Amino acid sequence: MHELSIVTSIVETVTETLAALPDSSRGARVLEVRLRVGALASVIPESLEFCWGIVSDGTQLEGSRLVVNMLPVVVHCDSCGQDAELEGVQSFRCPKCGEPCSDMRQGRELEIDSIEIEDGEEKL
Amino acid sequence: MTTRIVELRRGILKKNDELAAALRASYTAAGVLVLNLVSSPGTGKTAFLERTLKELKARGLRVAALVGDLETDNDARRLASSGAPVRQINTHGICHLDAEMIGKHLDGWEGVSLAGLDYLFIENVGNLVCPSSYDLGEKIRVALLSVTEGEDKPLKYPTLFNSADAAVITKMDIAEPCGFDRETALRNINEIRPGIRIFETSAKTGAGMEEWLGYLAEEKIRRS
Repeated sequence: MHELSIVTSIVETVTETLAALPDSSRGARVLEVRLRVGALASVIPESLEFCWGIVSDGTQLEGSRLVVNMLPVVVHCDSCGQDAELEGVQSFRCPKCGEPCSDMRQGRELEIDSIEIEDGEEKL
Repeated sequence: MTTRIVELRRGILKKNDELAAALRASYTAAGVLVLNLVSSPGTGKTAFLERTLKELKARGLRVAALVGDLETDNDARRLASSGAPVRQINTHGICHLDAEMIGKHLDGWEGVSLAGLDYLFIENVGNLVCPSSYDLGEKIRVALLSVTEGEDKPLKYPTLFNSADAAVITKMDIAEPCGFDRETALRNINEIRPGIRIFETSAKTGAGMEEWLGYLAEEKIRRS
């Protein structure tokens, strides 16, 4: 249950990003924050969303939507010589040939992909 | 009013990852092998570590431990009986250790410098979920599982077992009365982390400790 600290970190990062934008965009309102979260990132989307309103209240992110894009685990199978997407996280075997795969190519991501912002009037 | 998309592509735990990378570099420079021990509460991390510290000290190796708990310094006092320097980290409610806590507790640790150590063990807060997200700069992450916990623990908590470099099964001395199904447990660990080294141990009887200590010696040479 470290979703609260993760959400706090997201709000901080987005706030820093906004502060680094050109003058005219600094006061921008955030409409949406999009995350990329791997299936093995130990993060529950519902818990992030639950914390979102609480943490973003009173910041430039207040009222924004949090969109969590979950990414499946992708492993590289040495036998097939190809990457393969796993259906779950209960078995790290190639879905095509059944060989155990320890070479993970996707699944641990925990990142802010992008934000959608609405610039203030002064920009016009 | 205009709306637009700003690409960030930034890791949410980037600050921790950066601190962990700096720690990893300092461990490498000092030539110390750092291990992060992770398990549920009650698996026997402390008993296993206590035995490990004693055995390594008896072989003339220089060891130290950082131990994380929400509250109390009970574990630090227990581990200190090994004669190794031990420092307690109290997280006061936080469910995992992070790189910043490690850095703070390494700084100003009286009588202990990384360069004066062969091994540094970090006993994480007992939790099978959150510690897996936080890199502490360790070279080896060890997931522990006791025979009392059920053979399907690796399937229930795949993230932790998948991110581990080695697995240790503890309390093997009571495996039989607990009805522990060894084959199933080994198969489940391998299903989540194919090819991982697995040690079947008992801190009480010392079973499996030789193999574990042999692994530590090999990794020390290989990784430093």
